[in-house]
Amino acid sequence: MSDDAVYVYAIGDAALAADLPAVAGVGGTLVRAVGSGALAAVASSVDAGEFGEDALRHNLEDLGWLADTARAHHAVVDTVARHHPIAPVRLATVYLDDANVRALLDERAAAFTAALERVRGRTEWGVKAFAAPQAAEEPQAAEPQPPAPSEAGPGTAYLMRRRAARNRAAESRRSAADAASRLHEELAGLAVANRRYPPQDPQLTGSRDEMVLNAAYLVENAGEAAVRRLVEERGAPGLRLQLTGPWAPYSFATLEET
Amino acid sequence: MTLAGTDDHVALVDILDRLLAGGVVLTGELTISLAEVDLVHVSLRALISSVQTLVDEGPE
Repeated sequence: MSDDAVYVYAIGDAALAADLPAVAGVGGTLVRAVGSGALAAVASSVDAGEFGEDALRHNLEDLGWLADTARAHHAVVDTVARHHPIAPVRLATVYLDDANVRALLDERAAAFTAALERVRGRTEWGVKAFAAPQAAEEPQAAEPQPPAPSEAGPGTAYLMRRRAARNRAAESRRSAADAASRLHEELAGLAVANRRYPPQDPQLTGSRDEMVLNAAYLVENAGEAAVRRLVEERGAPGLRLQLTGPWAPYSFATLEET
Repeated sequence: MTLAGTDDHVALVDILDRLLAGGVVLTGELTISLAEVDLVHVSLRALISSVQTLVDEGPE
């Protein structure tokens, strides 16, 4: 079970082999380039025992293993992407040996080349929007005041206040979601491609505020300032925005079948 | 606003969004069906939430 296998992080131009940054990959082994033709894979040797189908299924459920592997994978992709255009490969893509990686590069050369062209000179940015509950003590002007019929007892009045508060919360959530949708359209206009992810669970974000947008945008390198400006401008008391990146183009590295 | 840069403070949950749902999908030889990772993802989220501390290193 201690045989070596070859973990692939990303595909890039053959030129990256000449000055690949010295970065440790999954399991601590330095990455290397495995090249064929005009392409090269960024790869490192890993213990095959960890990545067999059964072992992988088990390991993916182990948060410690997953966190270490994901961070190591990300460190490689992130470091290499600063120097070279690359198409990142999904987590835990493992081959038996270098020869098989070369065969893959040859077999899918056209698709890899097209994927690289899509991301060359472009950067991925992440934007998350949260509906931030407002300190809504002051009644809002637009809110219809509940009638206070003289026959309503204190219990009824309490329930009506509760209902009004709930309505206010729902309204503020809706308005944050609308603002986030408008922001998404604006960001999509600045980007060459965009992708929405499911909102992250509040338990994972560590924020009680509801996430109303979790999206990635592929932007020309020159467009960074415009993205930053838009995110800074669109934040509001009820809408908390978080910009992440620059990311390697994880969300936009896809192979189109020909 | 927090700008999670390309340092150690990048939130694990943001990395996982991308590493489990993004990236070029290839059929690795040791991992027969990578699409299954998507299924695992669901249970992962439950798992991660139960081990909050590891995620809390994310930006506050």
